[in-house]
Amino acid sequence: MSAAAAAWPRDDAAAERLLWIDPERRRLRDAHLDDMPALLRPGDLLVVNDAATLPASLSGRTAAGSSLEVRLYGQRAGPGPRFRAVLFGPGDWRLRTEDRPEPARLAPGDRISFAPDLSARVEAVADLSPRLVELTFDRDGAPLWSALYRYGRPVQYSYVAAPLELWSVQTHFGARPWAAEMPSAGRPLRWHILRALGERGVRMAALTHAAGLSSTGDPVLDAALPLPEQFDVPEPTVRAIRATRAAGGRVVAVGTTVVRALEGSAVQHRGELVPGPGETDLVIRPGFRPQVVHGILTGIHEPGSSHFGLLHEFAPGDLLAAASTHARAAGYLGHEFGDSCLVLSGPGSTEAPP
Amino acid sequence: MDIRGQAALVTGASRGLGAALARVLAAAGARVVLVAREPAPLEEVAAQIRAAGGEAHALPGDVSDKRAAYAIAGAAAALVGPIDILIHNASNLGRLPMPLLGDTECEDFENVLATNLLGPFRITKALVGAMVLRGGGLVVHVSSDAAVAAYPRWGAYGVSKAALDHLARIWAAELSGTGVCFLTVDPGEMNTQMHRDAMPDADPSALRDPARVAARVLALLRACDLRESGDRLEVEVAA
Repeated sequence: MSAAAAAWPRDDAAAERLLWIDPERRRLRDAHLDDMPALLRPGDLLVVNDAATLPASLSGRTAAGSSLEVRLYGQRAGPGPRFRAVLFGPGDWRLRTEDRPEPARLAPGDRISFAPDLSARVEAVADLSPRLVELTFDRDGAPLWSALYRYGRPVQYSYVAAPLELWSVQTHFGARPWAAEMPSAGRPLRWHILRALGERGVRMAALTHAAGLSSTGDPVLDAALPLPEQFDVPEPTVRAIRATRAAGGRVVAVGTTVVRALEGSAVQHRGELVPGPGETDLVIRPGFRPQVVHGILTGIHEPGSSHFGLLHEFAPGDLLAAASTHARAAGYLGHEFGDSCLVLSGPGSTEAPP
Repeated sequence: MDIRGQAALVTGASRGLGAALARVLAAAGARVVLVAREPAPLEEVAAQIRAAGGEAHALPGDVSDKRAAYAIAGAAAALVGPIDILIHNASNLGRLPMPLLGDTECEDFENVLATNLLGPFRITKALVGAMVLRGGGLVVHVSSDAAVAAYPRWGAYGVSKAALDHLARIWAAELSGTGVCFLTVDPGEMNTQMHRDAMPDADPSALRDPARVAARVLALLRACDLRESGDRLEVEVAA
């Protein structure tokens, strides 16, 4: 929505704004994250992505001595410490990704050294872009995870003011560190809001989705994002979704990754949501008919981005365009530390929305 | 709680009660991540557990380091999945021999609080949200009778443990109805390095064997459904 970028995490919960887009009444309202419980109905279900954020950026050197940055983009299924990764040239997040120099060209068998006790071997280079590779680390299990957390840094972009700490890129409900970047729609859901949602009669459920990188600076690669990503929908979450829908409640996805996981799983199983792990290559474009999700809590996204495209699942294009214009004029902030947007019909005529 | 298949994280697991708890949890079928500062003794305990057929991962880390909390939480969940059982056992006595309160340096007091109170707070904060969303979990605070009785020279430690007890009660009050249970366990005086550090002249034969205490704690965890979240339990061990 062409909003200004939030450059740093907020300390002040009271500053978290919420743009409510009501597709039923075709209207926009300025609200606040604390209004979330009032905008939902008792019996609605909020589904969050519980992936913790990995410090997925590693600085390394090739055997020939070229420095590069490796951003891990999801562990590959199967045995062994194999990850998909995107390579960046010298420098770090302070340079805009599109201004970064090209990384050294690598071939299968090449090694990247990150530290005396961490290196990786290039297993494959994608046809799509020489910067998209698969790596196998030289260790596994606890030694690997200790090293990744010791040497890795959170992935961040040039609009952020200073180096981020790991705690700044976690939600309040992270578990397995599958996310290359924070599943940021859940970030403003602080405990006092979760508690108020519970008191309102809104239920919560979680799935895990390996949220990937949002930008690489490589036009070919960026056009292909998001790449296929892994997810895991636990059985209790599937039960909660079925029960919610059967009782006439709404399923509200917290973040585009949750939409991808749920709708991606349903597409793979003829409209039926089944529990368990999977990988989805679903990219939701205008015209897609959701089978599971009724609405979404997400960030303030740029028109033209894949995140913005996904919103068309939930609201007509002219309303979204009006929301974009309004968000820009009203000073909503974009990106992972920015404001939020709820696309969902209202709580009902008996309730007074803010 | 059925321990089999549960993902457990035990801090201070390289020796004493922590190592004993990791052993009994793994023997009961839990998938255990062991955390302590020194890698070598930690890996040795983990290797012993694996040799006995259990699942154990040695994750070196210092719970007093605020940068370590999400690293420990994330790496542990990567290794064994979302954590079901979290045992805050790591403890720091402070300066030795233990000084009177008036002789305690503020920095030493802060270090004790960092390990015994803030470390457990941070790691719980990093893990408990996922427990709430899954509708269950068990968080155990290992305390001491020094949290209750005012022993001279146990000032910083005793205060930290009294605060740790209250931390469990407040978490329990705020997370009532979520299915997450907080328990404080007072293991009594055990024959451990920590006890030797605190009281070098004590007769070791009069002290409890940490393995027997760990077996009793495991029984308490299995029966945690019978307890109220926030309860403080003194471990009874037959003579």
